[in-house]
Amino acid sequence: MMTRSSLSIILFFLLFSASNAEHNARTERISGSAGDVLEDNPVGRLKVYVYDLPSKYNKKLLQKDPRCLTHMFAAEIFMHRFLLSSPVRTRNPDEADWFYAPIYPTCDLTPTGLPLPFKSPRMMRSAIQLISSNWPYWNRTEGADHFFVVPHDFGACFHYQEEKAIKRGILPLLQRATLVQTFGQRNHVCLDQGSITIPPFAPPQKMQAHLIPPEIPRSIFVYFRGLFYDVNNDPEGGYYARGARAAVWENFKNNPLFDISTDHPTTYYEDMQRSIFCLCPLGWAPWSPRLVEAVVFGCIPVIIADDIVLPFADAIPWEEIGVFVAEKDVPELDTILTSIPTEVILRKQRLLANPSMKRAMLFPQPAQPGDAFHQILNGLARKLPHDGSVYLREGEKVLNWTAGPVSDLKPW
Amino acid sequence: MKLSALHQSYLNRRNNNSFRSPLDSSVDASGKSLLAVFWLILHCLCCLISLLLGFRFSRLVFFFLISTPSNNNLFSSPPFRPDLPPPRSNSTATATEVKSSSSRVVVGRHGILIRPWPHPDPVEVMKAHRIIERVQKEQKAVFGSSSGAKRTVIAVTPTYVRTFQKLHLTGVMHSLMLVPYDVVWIVVEAGGVSNETASIIAKSGVRTIHVGFDQRMPNTWDDRAKLEVLMRLQALRVVKEEKLDGVVMFADDSNMHSMEFFDEIQNVKWFGALSVGILAHSGNAEEMVMMSMDKRRKVEEAEGEEERSSSLPVQGPACNATTDKLIGWHVFNTLPYAGKSAVYIDDVAAVLPQKLEWCGFVLNSRMLWDDAESKPEWVKEFGLLNENDGVESPLSLLNDPSMVEPLGSCGRQVLLWWLRVEARADSKFPPGWIIDPPLEITVAAKRTPWPDVPPEPPTKKKDQMPLSQGDNVVVIPKQQQQQQRSSKVRKPKRRSKRNKHEAKPTDTTTQVSSSTKHHQERN
Repeated sequence: MMTRSSLSIILFFLLFSASNAEHNARTERISGSAGDVLEDNPVGRLKVYVYDLPSKYNKKLLQKDPRCLTHMFAAEIFMHRFLLSSPVRTRNPDEADWFYAPIYPTCDLTPTGLPLPFKSPRMMRSAIQLISSNWPYWNRTEGADHFFVVPHDFGACFHYQEEKAIKRGILPLLQRATLVQTFGQRNHVCLDQGSITIPPFAPPQKMQAHLIPPEIPRSIFVYFRGLFYDVNNDPEGGYYARGARAAVWENFKNNPLFDISTDHPTTYYEDMQRSIFCLCPLGWAPWSPRLVEAVVFGCIPVIIADDIVLPFADAIPWEEIGVFVAEKDVPELDTILTSIPTEVILRKQRLLANPSMKRAMLFPQPAQPGDAFHQILNGLARKLPHDGSVYLREGEKVLNWTAGPVSDLKPW
Repeated sequence: MKLSALHQSYLNRRNNNSFRSPLDSSVDASGKSLLAVFWLILHCLCCLISLLLGFRFSRLVFFFLISTPSNNNLFSSPPFRPDLPPPRSNSTATATEVKSSSSRVVVGRHGILIRPWPHPDPVEVMKAHRIIERVQKEQKAVFGSSSGAKRTVIAVTPTYVRTFQKLHLTGVMHSLMLVPYDVVWIVVEAGGVSNETASIIAKSGVRTIHVGFDQRMPNTWDDRAKLEVLMRLQALRVVKEEKLDGVVMFADDSNMHSMEFFDEIQNVKWFGALSVGILAHSGNAEEMVMMSMDKRRKVEEAEGEEERSSSLPVQGPACNATTDKLIGWHVFNTLPYAGKSAVYIDDVAAVLPQKLEWCGFVLNSRMLWDDAESKPEWVKEFGLLNENDGVESPLSLLNDPSMVEPLGSCGRQVLLWWLRVEARADSKFPPGWIIDPPLEITVAAKRTPWPDVPPEPPTKKKDQMPLSQGDNVVVIPKQQQQQQRSSKVRKPKRRSKRNKHEAKPTDTTTQVSSSTKHHQERN
């Protein structure tokens, strides 16, 4: 299977190179099994009905704290706005394929801007109670044709600490619904099989403002800016990033090829555009906005996170674009990176230069064709038509409304 | 305060309990209290022992007790970093509790993997540099030049052996070495091929054609310009005979070229012209000031229809502002310099360019070839050119001078500069600028601005030496030179007052030191 797909990729590439040499030198179509899917147009392939929830679930939260619009989890707010004005929206719930409840569970920020997930389960629960009592569509399928955007650290487990999140598990009421989340890790409690992984929100205008001309030569080999040790929460190391970031620092702090530090330079975006490889190691959660930034700036992402599920994994062939390094192989990172053949590196750079790749990672305002909003809708469209078993018989109940920690059962 | 792993996990569990509702904790509180006490006692014991021993004893004990044999070679020796082995076998209490049933990735404390020699491996570094080079080459190929066509640059340089030759030629050579295209450098030397010139251009690394020209370079600027024209025509004949293919540009040895110049001339089709910055420099500063004042007065007077003398020191094509078509030529305004320009090569006066310098023109080498395949009709046949007719500028190679292509956004960009700087006719310089045999006696040349003795480093002077010391000729016989050196050795890092006292012992040394100070002030 691997050889066949790679053979088809090679054939496609040759075909394209024969026809359009100039364009092909610059970018490369993500050809083969998955890549063309990025340019699908979801309009006409699905219909989404947006519930009209009281504003205490969405607008009032935003009014209380407008910082929700700029942090990494702002995707939930922008998705709501996008759907309200999108052509896939339908006002007739009977013809809808998917139902969306606009809740902003992550919009409860500390003074420093970090979201607190403690009230989110209760908020979600109360919203679902509202939906199930006012409309018949929830009870029809117990949420199997509903989708929710839960971009927080561990998705619908609603906790920032991994052990506690695993202990809680996905909110029981959401177990049949489709979750659109940033977190993705294989064989993890907090990733449901049918979930759609999305990239974290990165401000597109800010990134566009820092573009440099593409002919400036890439002179940094490996680039990374960020924490290696989280001294506040894990002073000794070993917990944070499963020790992987600390291992990067200890092994490569003396290596001139690795431009790594905890600085916050003003030229962060420009430096990424001058680098060949950008490290995207896990932090407290496996995903990070660095992946988005690396893709937008054409720097090959080096993903150090075991079993991670990357955004739109069924549409973007991440193995061909990025380099995956197991956490236990971090001490040999320089050997791994220098032993990649130059042709492979150049091909990865060509794939990254493809504008549809960059568009698919961003949440621009207003929405543009091919952007992350459309990829989410494409993902939802690919799950259609719903399996017949989704619809429950009269009176049948699958979800346990009283499961979960007692504190979650309190009304919100 | 640093905690051992077990204790931290214990604390975590306590915190967990506090977040949960009281219902859960009450159930297992009783069982946990005994355990809590036990851990507390163990922790205090370990702390005391650590105080005595001086490092984290508890962790070390743990390491030795429950270490796995498999990954030992990955860890550095215990005194430096007693990291825990990975918790697959030795999972902390938290890890076992929350291990997900099917996940291969374990939550909890992991070891920090460090290889035995965490320093760069030179082989890897070289590989990485090769990768970087290849990536940059690819970037250049894709994004660099717009058209993508890379034509050879054929540079024609007339030169002759003189003091400033090495200075000028090295400058041109370095520019040509940086050019990202293939370069053929035709060096035409007046007075025949010499070893000096050959040794200079041999280091260039580009393909060179060294042509000798039998006449000697005359001493006046006008005659020199005429001879240079003949030398350039000789070079063009070489291009024609060898059928060199590329863009011919005229790199006079004292000119300065920017790298964008070479990128721009790639766009020429047959015959192009660029703007040249004219640096009509004279050694006399006061004259220059007068010159600029005169220029301002005369700028209204100097008007022309086709040949406009602008007040800008630029020579090149003039375009219609809207259509960007060639309508005439900007010519350097020589009126302010009338009568005051240099005639002989070593005159201290402004050196003026010709009406249209050759360096501002570039041509497609195919224009010079014999076979008139695709040559346009407005190009004269080069083989039939008679140089005795007075070829002044390359426009004589064309039948129709209006077909010239203006380059550099229609002459708005100045990409090269014309300059003529030469030393005195009698100036001596060591051949090849190698001093051999070593000099024994230093005899100062008249009017050399540099003192033969290097000036002392400036110290804070309370009272300055008066400037009116007069013009001294510094002739230092050998013995005094040594004395000077020894006295200087004594002097460093002393205050000025003491300096002056120190300088008093011999009259001659004071005189010398004061004169050097004088020179230094003038400098």
